[in-house]
Amino acid sequence: MSGGEEVLFWTLAPLMVIAAAGLLVVRRAVHAAVCVVFVMIGLAVLYVAQEAPFLGIVQVVVYTGAVMMLFLFVLMLVGVDAADSLTETIRGQRWIGLLLGAGLAAVLLGVVAQATFPPSVGLAQANAVTNPVALARVLMQDYVVAMEVVGILLVTAALAGLVLTHRRRLGKKPTQRALAEAKVALLPTGRQLTPLPAPGVYAQNNAMDTPALDPEGRPLEHSVPRVLRIRGQQRSATELLTAEETLVQRIQLDRPAPAENGEDR
Amino acid sequence: MDLVNYLYLASILFALGATTVLLRRNAIVVFMGVELMLNATNLALVTFARLHGDITGQVLAFFVMVVAAAEVVVGLAIIVTIFRARRSASVDDVNLLKS
Repeated sequence: MSGGEEVLFWTLAPLMVIAAAGLLVVRRAVHAAVCVVFVMIGLAVLYVAQEAPFLGIVQVVVYTGAVMMLFLFVLMLVGVDAADSLTETIRGQRWIGLLLGAGLAAVLLGVVAQATFPPSVGLAQANAVTNPVALARVLMQDYVVAMEVVGILLVTAALAGLVLTHRRRLGKKPTQRALAEAKVALLPTGRQLTPLPAPGVYAQNNAMDTPALDPEGRPLEHSVPRVLRIRGQQRSATELLTAEETLVQRIQLDRPAPAENGEDR
Repeated sequence: MDLVNYLYLASILFALGATTVLLRRNAIVVFMGVELMLNATNLALVTFARLHGDITGQVLAFFVMVVAAAEVVVGLAIIVTIFRARRSASVDDVNLLKS
């Protein structure tokens, strides 16, 4: 192990352990996803340092690029705000879990510490034909059957994803004609055929909460989105108009006389 | 320092992933813990490949990655289906068989 690799390892390893521990601590699932992405990119760098450049690239492309993005998609689908519940279903689960985790760490570290490893050989000889070629030779010669099986597994998984998330339509899909006829049938109840008018645009104001004016100058209530009306967040048109009137008067008062203006030029 | 440090790091990451699976209740975070465990195993495999000068370890890590990708697809599809049925992604809410 060269000096540069040592520096790289001791810089990355603590950060990765902190990020992985963050998975245990953070409340929001999105933060956990960011922690895992950090660990995975760190692992990719370590792979490249460990004479496995192909796996390093695959790690970035497959794990951080595809798997974690899939996680984020599902998080958005399920709802980002879904925080963990704090009530314990099993009494003392937290302490039992921590104890088991610490025990597992102790066992694994103990085994690694106890084992005697041969002196490192390094991959310079195996990687002589470049790492991807060497990998491909082993993969295509010794593990052809396994690779085929894994291919079948991937196809099956894709199919399973489709089948599991498939939703069967309960009613018949409405046609365009049926939708149009339903709209016309609702006309007597006060439903409009045309799109609703857009909210009003004033000299000083162009926002969703201000009603438009009809040709006679009366405000159109239904030009403001229904949600804002129900919340009572809409502004009245008369208020806005008087505000603009006073503004016009003030501007006229502030403006200096035209004669002085002419002299200045 | 020698390559054993990589194995220590892999062990710690694996234990952290396992603890996540035991402690967290959000099914998606639990799944991330599983991914962390798989990644830790990959690090150990790559280190062993370098230790023994045999590239087969990297091939095995490659297989682990492919299987993990397939596992994520099916697992997340199951989570989405459960969420649709029960409006919850918590592993505690899926206890219909309990009572």
